[in-house]
Amino acid sequence: MASDEHDRGREPVTGLTEVEGAAAGAAVAAAPAAAPKVLSPWSDTWRRLKKNKLALIGLGIIAVFIVVGIVQVIAYPLTDGRGLTPYDPNAENYSLSPTGHGSSPSLSHPMGTDYLGRDILSRALVATRISLLVGVIAVAIGLIIGLILGPISGYYGGFVDTVIMRLADIFFAYPYILFVLLIMTVLGPGFVNVFLAIGILGWASFARIVRGQVLSVKSMEYVEAARAQGASDLRIIFRHVLPNSMAPVYVTIAMSVGGAIVTEAAMSFLGIGVQPPNASWGKMISDYLNYLFAGSWWMVLFPSVLLTVTVFGFISFGNGLRDATDPRLKE
Amino acid sequence: MSLLEVKNLKKYFPIKTGVLKRTTGQVYAVDDVSFSVDKGETLGLVGESGCGKSTTGRTVLRLIEATGGSVTFDGVDVMAASRAEVQKLRRDMQIIFQDPYASLNPRKRVKHIIGEPLDIHGIGTEQERRRRVFELMETVGLSAEHAERYPHEFSGGQRQRIGVARALALRPRLIICDEPVSALDVSIRAQIINLLEDLQDELGLTYVFIAHDLSVVKHLSDRVAVMYLGKIVEISDSDLLYDHPQHPYTEALLSAVPIPDPATERARRRIILEGDVPSPANPPKGCVFHPRCPRAQEVCTSAMPALAVTGEAGERHQVACYFPTRYEGGRRSVSESSFAGAQPGAAGPAGAADA
Repeated sequence: MASDEHDRGREPVTGLTEVEGAAAGAAVAAAPAAAPKVLSPWSDTWRRLKKNKLALIGLGIIAVFIVVGIVQVIAYPLTDGRGLTPYDPNAENYSLSPTGHGSSPSLSHPMGTDYLGRDILSRALVATRISLLVGVIAVAIGLIIGLILGPISGYYGGFVDTVIMRLADIFFAYPYILFVLLIMTVLGPGFVNVFLAIGILGWASFARIVRGQVLSVKSMEYVEAARAQGASDLRIIFRHVLPNSMAPVYVTIAMSVGGAIVTEAAMSFLGIGVQPPNASWGKMISDYLNYLFAGSWWMVLFPSVLLTVTVFGFISFGNGLRDATDPRLKE
Repeated sequence: MSLLEVKNLKKYFPIKTGVLKRTTGQVYAVDDVSFSVDKGETLGLVGESGCGKSTTGRTVLRLIEATGGSVTFDGVDVMAASRAEVQKLRRDMQIIFQDPYASLNPRKRVKHIIGEPLDIHGIGTEQERRRRVFELMETVGLSAEHAERYPHEFSGGQRQRIGVARALALRPRLIICDEPVSALDVSIRAQIINLLEDLQDELGLTYVFIAHDLSVVKHLSDRVAVMYLGKIVEISDSDLLYDHPQHPYTEALLSAVPIPDPATERARRRIILEGDVPSPANPPKGCVFHPRCPRAQEVCTSAMPALAVTGEAGERHQVACYFPTRYEGGRRSVSESSFAGAQPGAAGPAGAADA
């Protein structure tokens, strides 16, 4: 009657072999000659991520974006809002816009100038600061709320769970842009408020994902083992449940950063985000759109490309990360 | 006095249906189970999947709250223990899990897994804990270099050694072994069982050994309790149970154990039980075993028989059956009429409903 259980003994993945027949109690010391390197779950994920070219390209884009963004974030207060740029992003120079339609890309202005003669490259560079900040701060706000409510919801269940999840449903059901507009109306325009609005909106997806993970992880035997040892709820949640629930959260973080950047662009495009003369990619696209039809293609093209490429980077990396952490794809 | 005393333990899981989550029924996972374990003794708890043996183990440890009954550990009422008292009891009562793949946190290194109980209970300094972890690893037959590794780098047998080391960390007096070898390859089972035996001798441990395999239990146990559908149907000294099974269910289980001798094996008479185990949500009226029992008669459908002394062995051998097998002077016979010793007990909902 035990035979159906026998085939449950799975093979070790790393090639470590059980030393058979040794007197029980004696040290099972005989480690194989070529002991495999200690593989943490992280290095395992990285190994698989490396095989995904698109994800690596995404990672490269993210790296460039973050480096440029950090440089601008640091430079901004030091240079009195100018940023580390070839030209002052807000300096108007009508000689560079003789007809009021800017000037096309040249050696001194690789991305051209806008209708006020401002250097597009400089403006686009200083705008990475906004995009990076919105990506980090807005997602962090959503993540923190989600990481508090999600585990509470999943671990304790019952009435608390119902309340939190129905609230999340409301956030999901309401049109996103409309919701941001609503919050912005309450908070007033300005890019700090955009961060808050996007952040407040982002919690629902994090909370839902974490809750789902917690639900499956909390029924694992190692959680019961921790309880049998006398671990407190907090310890179980933070040491056992959350660390094993995070893989899909990292994926969502990557995706959400891309989403937050796009939402900020949309807000600025609609005129409730970054206020002039400050630049953000969305604001630039919105300001320059009229000139596109007059033939000044460079004004819209470069910020659009930067926005698209950055978001593409986050999404392709997020996708790659999802594949790399999916246990079903483990070989 | 016994170290662990379980009396009339009950665990009913509510079945909730519909939007309003109303309780529409109950699963009688553990229904009126009583047993006791002496210090240094091993009690085997045997039964098919779903008979409630694991639930019994978890309820004793208060990993699951019981519906009723009492558990006393070394004079302490476990069921009534406060949070702080339970925390103290955790040091004395530990558990080894069935699946060594699921019971070790995949994101923790072995040294942290084994050291966690010490950490939780704040035992010793950082260095003392470290030393204790290596000591434990040596005790269960792991080498020091394994400390930095993650569980997925080990085979099933080695993982179970980690689980054993973790259970030993707090120097418990009682360990509930919840099918600790069922998930392991046959070749490795013996190693773990021998390890558990050695540890018992060295550390004076008391075991409740849960298994669905009588041959495993036979080797280890001083006494054996056979469970069926949430109830203990027979409890006895190990030798007595194997040589003189009295309950028809025990006989059927024993007849299913292969004998490693071709001649005897060919002569082995197998008792094939008909039908399936009934749902514990809707247990049969009367004796829970009667729908599958070859001896079932009218009286069996009326009420569940209580555990009672029937044979020559006295208190050490109890069976819950109206028609237990009897052994007199080496001759085996089945009681013809309802045995006087087996009183219809008001045991459980089935019995209570009829009484």
